[in-house]
Amino acid sequence: MSESDERPLTAPGWDRPADLEKDPALTPDLAEITVPDELRTEIERLMSLYPDRRSAAIPALHAAQALHGWCSPEAIAQVAAVMRVTPAYLSSVASFYDMLNEQPVGRHHVYVCTSVACHLVHAKRVYDAIAEAASDEGLEDTEVREWECLGACDMAPMASIDGRFVGPLDPSDAPEIVESIKEGRQPLPGRGLEDSDYRLPWGGTA
Amino acid sequence: MALSELRLLKNINEPGLATIEVYEKLGGYRAMRKALLEMEPEEVLHELEGSGLRGRGGAGFSMGKKASFIPKGRMDKYLCCNADESEPGTFKDRLLMQKNPHLLIEGIVIGAVAADANKAFIYIRGEYELQAEILERAVAEAYDRGYLGDRILGSEHSLSLVVHPGAGAYICGEETGLLDSLEGKRGNPRLKPPFPANQGLYQGPTLINNVETLCNAPLIIEHGADWFKSVGTEKSAGSKVVSVSGDVRRPGNYEIELGMRAGDIVYGLAGGPPEGRRVKCWFPGGSSAPVLTEADLDLGYDFETMAEAGSMLGSGAIIVVDDSMPIVSLALRLAEFYRHESCGKCTPCREGTNWTVKMLERIDYGEATPADLDVMADVQTNIIGNCLCVLGDSMAMPIGSMIEKFRPEFEAHIEEARLRHGGLPLRAHGGRADEAVGSHAA
Ligand SMILES: Cc1cc2nc3c(=O)[nH]c(=O)nc-3n(C[C@H](O)[C@H](O)[C@H](O)COP(=O)(O)O)c2cc1C
Ligand code: SF4
Ligand code: FES
Repeated sequence: MSESDERPLTAPGWDRPADLEKDPALTPDLAEITVPDELRTEIERLMSLYPDRRSAAIPALHAAQALHGWCSPEAIAQVAAVMRVTPAYLSSVASFYDMLNEQPVGRHHVYVCTSVACHLVHAKRVYDAIAEAASDEGLEDTEVREWECLGACDMAPMASIDGRFVGPLDPSDAPEIVESIKEGRQPLPGRGLEDSDYRLPWGGTA
Repeated sequence: MALSELRLLKNINEPGLATIEVYEKLGGYRAMRKALLEMEPEEVLHELEGSGLRGRGGAGFSMGKKASFIPKGRMDKYLCCNADESEPGTFKDRLLMQKNPHLLIEGIVIGAVAADANKAFIYIRGEYELQAEILERAVAEAYDRGYLGDRILGSEHSLSLVVHPGAGAYICGEETGLLDSLEGKRGNPRLKPPFPANQGLYQGPTLINNVETLCNAPLIIEHGADWFKSVGTEKSAGSKVVSVSGDVRRPGNYEIELGMRAGDIVYGLAGGPPEGRRVKCWFPGGSSAPVLTEADLDLGYDFETMAEAGSMLGSGAIIVVDDSMPIVSLALRLAEFYRHESCGKCTPCREGTNWTVKMLERIDYGEATPADLDVMADVQTNIIGNCLCVLGDSMAMPIGSMIEKFRPEFEAHIEEARLRHGGLPLRAHGGRADEAVGSHAA
């Protein structure tokens, strides 16, 4: 694990200074900001599910991120306008959670689990192979990132590719994973947890 | 003893089990009917309490007793199902939700009857997108049949149920972190007391239970508390879905009778470590549980025996580590996890996890001396009991157990790393250990 110096910051952005000169942003006025209809309807639906509308913050940010690709200032302003909260409030939420990105990291997300159980079966090699293949192939618009336990240690080593859990993986799977993302295909057919014929290689239930 | 008949996983491979038709054909929602139409809420509570069912999420507290703490009276009361499942090594709730979502929904309705809750939420980790979709579909089916909503089956009881996604934060599995997250905030744990039973979600009375805990409720109501207790030990009643992972030949979920010999789970069910390797240590209850050794595999796998052995059953996740894994590499990866996941609210946890990582890196870089082990052990002692929640302890206890049980290996590692770099601080060479401990021999 000596590579750990090269790991990305555990909390990206923690060292970004705040601009103390700037006035705090107010809750944006819905009359003055354009929010795509779909997004607005979805956020309104989400707010209606809870006794307190603020409970919709996380699902609303997920929806905005799906639309905009990241929690951009524009995306946050749109959610803030519909939810009637300040952008700073939503930013404080977004910055807490690993899946919400306040930087444009890419629309595709490859989370390679390198947590404790996967570490025991050489997950770092899988991560390195995918990261290398992605860079060799010039894979764009994609975040390849080490992740903590994804709750699929029976499939170790494994990864979540845009939400699709695949495993057990071998470093030799890396080129195919990168190719499939590039071509917009489903990665590793038959080896995803959601596939109807999915079986662990040793026959266990997953 | 192996379980003679599966309970929670009985129909798990039945095609279409996730649909309400198949679930009902196999006897599903009978227990809910019984709880709503044939029993008084006190009887439901009594049955759950009498079964001895203990929480399957980590702390092992009696489910019925916790439900009985919910104050009486006509106000909004909440039931939150903890489906955050982020403890390294744990993947049982994933299986239950993906394959048998209606069992969980039925369990939630029964739990809500016992606690007189009228609003329920399933807080599911954001990464479980597939399972959240399956649950959403199942919840819609249950609403369609009138098993959720106003006056269920014409009874006095109403219940709404919302599936709520997280967004990647282990700490949201801690029950009060979960509540803040569900209220739309950062998932920082709260000071207790007040306990959630009195002031939880939106300051209202709240019952929080793990997925597997709630999945047991329909079985208890259908077959009775005595049936439930007929397997397991006196203080650890029932069966348990155990997630076995790491250096075993057949990682997976296995439903066992509590009290089963641990070695029979690790070797008999999961196949033991690969050819030619031996068990070096194992985590009996997720990565937060102090490690036990090969000799401890003779113990019974239940709450009290694991606690007596100085560890815990936790979430029921057994991570097996074989003798090819250097203990420093394991400790470092573990500490990095807790450093990443610490919410930062308490100094001992925020700083202690960070310094533990740094000290382990120093060991690996050949910059440490054996005295540093005492400093590191001391850091662990200073975390335990000094934080708002037990995330800090969850690193301190396993790391402390590793230093205690594998001290000679730590010392040898320190010495070897120093010699490799001529006894000079590594960074003076401008390089790093050529042999990364992370890449343990294949
Ligand atoms: C840091 C931390 C993480 C936790 N993660 C989970 C989790 O992912 N799932 C869970 O059910 N319980 C988790 N717990 C335990 C919960 O706080 C709580 O005890 C549990 O949900 C209660 O349910 P039970 O009584 O049915 O076990 C966690 C606790 C801590 C301190
Ligand atoms: S112990 Fe750690 S995770 Fe828990 S509240 Fe304190 S800082 Fe946050
Ligand atoms: S440790 Fe990788 S999925 Fe659990």
